[in-house]
Amino acid sequence: MPRRKSPRKIVAPPVFKGYKPFGSSKVCDGEVELLYEEYEAIKLADYDLMPHHEACHLMGISRATFARIYESARRKIASAFVEAKTIKTVYGNVYFDENWFRCNDCENAFTIPNPRIKRICPVCRSQSIQLMNSTGSTNNK
Amino acid sequence: MKTIITANGSDVNATLDPRFGRCEFFCILDEETGETEFIENKAKLQSSAAGTTAAETVIEQGVKKVISGDFGPKAKSLLDRFGIQMVILKDEGQIIANVINSITGK
Repeated sequence: MPRRKSPRKIVAPPVFKGYKPFGSSKVCDGEVELLYEEYEAIKLADYDLMPHHEACHLMGISRATFARIYESARRKIASAFVEAKTIKTVYGNVYFDENWFRCNDCENAFTIPNPRIKRICPVCRSQSIQLMNSTGSTNNK
Repeated sequence: MKTIITANGSDVNATLDPRFGRCEFFCILDEETGETEFIENKAKLQSSAAGTTAAETVIEQGVKKVISGDFGPKAKSLLDRFGIQMVILKDEGQIIANVINSITGK
C-alpha cells in the first residue's frame, strides 16, 4: 500500500468551476481535472512569482512535492489547450488555510479549529452553516 | 467548557469590545455553571503585539472559545494553532449578559 499523501494547504479555492474552449474547429470532447492544489501551485509560482522553495512552505509540503504538483498542473493545462479540452477544477487533497464559517441564521462568523467539534453555530446552535472560503470571500469578518 | 468574551467593562452589563488584542476586560464564562469572572487585559496599552499577548492570556486560562468583534492576524494564527475556536459577532454593541444568554441557550 503506498504511503498516504499529506494534505496540501491552500489559501483559497479557485473562484471558478472550470474553463471551456470556444470557437474550436473540431468537436471538443473530454475534460481535464485540475486539482485545487495544482491551481494553487500555478497561482503561487506563476501569478505571485514566488520561488518554489518559498511556495512549498506555504502549502506545507516539500519542495520536490511542490515541483511535482506544479509540473502536473502545467501538463494538464497544456493538454487542455492543445486538445481543446474543458478544464474542470476538483477538490483534490487539500485543506484551507483559514477555516472560517458563517451561520446562515444569525450571520455570525466563527472557526472550527478541531474536527471533533460539532459542526453547528456556537451562538444559535443552527446546523445551517457554510464555509466562507467556498463563496470566494476574502473578507475575514 | 470555558469561554472568553471581550468586554468594555468589568461586569455583565458592559458591552462587547469589538477588538480582541486591545479590549478592556476578558470575561471568562463557565458554560456549564454560568459563572463569570472578569480579568483585566494586560496587553491593551502595549504599543505592538497586543494580539499576541492577549492570545497568550487566553491560552493560559485554558479556554476553548473566544468571542469578540474581530481578531488581528497574529492573534488569529496563534489561537488557530492552539485549537481555540474564534467567534466574531456581527452586532458589536451587545451587552455581555445577552451574549452569555445566547451561547448558553437560556
